[in-house]
Amino acid sequence: MAYSDKVLDHYENPRNVGKMDDSDVNVGTGMVGAPACGDVMRLQIKVDANGVIEDAKFKTYGCGSAIASSSLLTEWVKGRSLDEATLIKNKDIADELGLPPVKIHCSVLAEDAIKAAIEDVKQKRKG
Amino acid sequence: MQFPIYLDYSSTTPVDPRVAAKMAECLTLEANFGNPASRSHMFGWKAEEAVETARRQVADLINCDPREIVWTSGATEADNLAIKGAAHFYVKKGKHIITSKIEHKAVLDSCRQLEREGYEVTYLDPTEAGLITPEAVADAIRPDTILVSLMHVNNEIGVINDIAAIGKVTREHKVIFHVDAAQSTGKIDIDMEEMQVDLMSLTAHKTYGPKGIGALYVRRKPRVRIEPQMHGGGHERGMRSGTLATHQIVGMGEAYRIAKEEMHAENARVLALRNRLLEGFKDMEEVFVNGDADHRVAGNLNISFNFVEGESLMMALRDLAVSSGSACTSASLEPSYVLRAIGLNDELAHSSLRMTIGRFTTEEEIDFAIEKTREAVGKLRELSPLWDMHNDGIDLSQVKWAAH
Repeated sequence: MAYSDKVLDHYENPRNVGKMDDSDVNVGTGMVGAPACGDVMRLQIKVDANGVIEDAKFKTYGCGSAIASSSLLTEWVKGRSLDEATLIKNKDIADELGLPPVKIHCSVLAEDAIKAAIEDVKQKRKG
Repeated sequence: MQFPIYLDYSSTTPVDPRVAAKMAECLTLEANFGNPASRSHMFGWKAEEAVETARRQVADLINCDPREIVWTSGATEADNLAIKGAAHFYVKKGKHIITSKIEHKAVLDSCRQLEREGYEVTYLDPTEAGLITPEAVADAIRPDTILVSLMHVNNEIGVINDIAAIGKVTREHKVIFHVDAAQSTGKIDIDMEEMQVDLMSLTAHKTYGPKGIGALYVRRKPRVRIEPQMHGGGHERGMRSGTLATHQIVGMGEAYRIAKEEMHAENARVLALRNRLLEGFKDMEEVFVNGDADHRVAGNLNISFNFVEGESLMMALRDLAVSSGSACTSASLEPSYVLRAIGLNDELAHSSLRMTIGRFTTEEEIDFAIEKTREAVGKLRELSPLWDMHNDGIDLSQVKWAAH
């Protein structure tokens, strides 16, 4: 399979790889996918007092497109408010990375991951 | 070293330069270009002689009579001809066929076609080692069983079935035994005097011959009959019509001649390389060899690096030409059916890499492959949430995943 330059770039130099402390009330974690399906994404965001995402980290088990989708997403969400971040659609990711049709599910997974992370941090901050 | 390094010899092999030289002698006006079926002139006679020499060379490798060799376009055609040909010919004896779940698609899809025609097929489960036992075959045979079709060596995991022992079972029950030997010629000894095999599929391009040529062995004593699948001029004693491709056939003959002469020395060298490769991963955690370690051809290593997905691994290994059982490398998005059938969970199937070594692989290339693979696995594990969880002592099989 031929990969786009952008996928290759994110795969070779993934941005924001890492893990944040899940016990922090300002950290939201979204873990989506399943090993049996060949991809698992863990996306974490850290939100400041104004509800703006100040940091994002990811780790992904999956193909190059899955790694690139989550890497790109961490770049995009930084500096956005939670509401702005929910507006990111899988299509935006797929278009930016030039994903072929068989890899669209990777971008869907990334969208699911950010939504789950946002939901998680909202719940935590409520409680 | 030349990049990328070819470690996919089970997929196909380069043509040996000695083979290419022989083939080139059968193409142009000055050379041996005639139609082997032309009886009326020198051009035809010369071509026929070359074809018959090649037939002897192929027969020599598997120790059979040259008259038992029928040329085909490759192992896929030979599988089709053997399975459909025997099933159609012996239909009055019964309509039950036995094969296994880890056969090549050429066998499985031929069986599916026969199911559509009203035949019944039993698909045997392999052992965890990837083998089909003679007992499993014996247990599956019924009064209406007409054919058993099994592979000699599995293309993904390289394991070797005990064909001689299974042949005893099928002969005892008077059932036709077809063996796909695409992956075994030149890798292990095949002796048709010893093995009670009735039909055997052969191909050239996995034994340093050209693509597009193969053969079906059809036993004469006791005589095995098949219905032709390709109709026409009645070539190959009516079993497979079509003008013989002299250059291809000569290439296969030369490739098999070389295999017979050199296979034992070659396999010792290849085995040493594979051991070196495996040794290079020995101290890594969560690395598993798939398929039986002992009943296995020298050149095959199928290995799973847990917590790393196969396609991303291959992406990191762009300097190596290897293959993976990962879903993402197939059109179907399913992980390897072979690895699933031998009991691997999906994760390990997704994490598998097949490296196959051959005639032109060097020690230097193996060392490079080890270094690159270790580097890539290390990098991807650092990226893997599963590796994190594993290191935190979480049992991944107990996690409730949101499947998608």
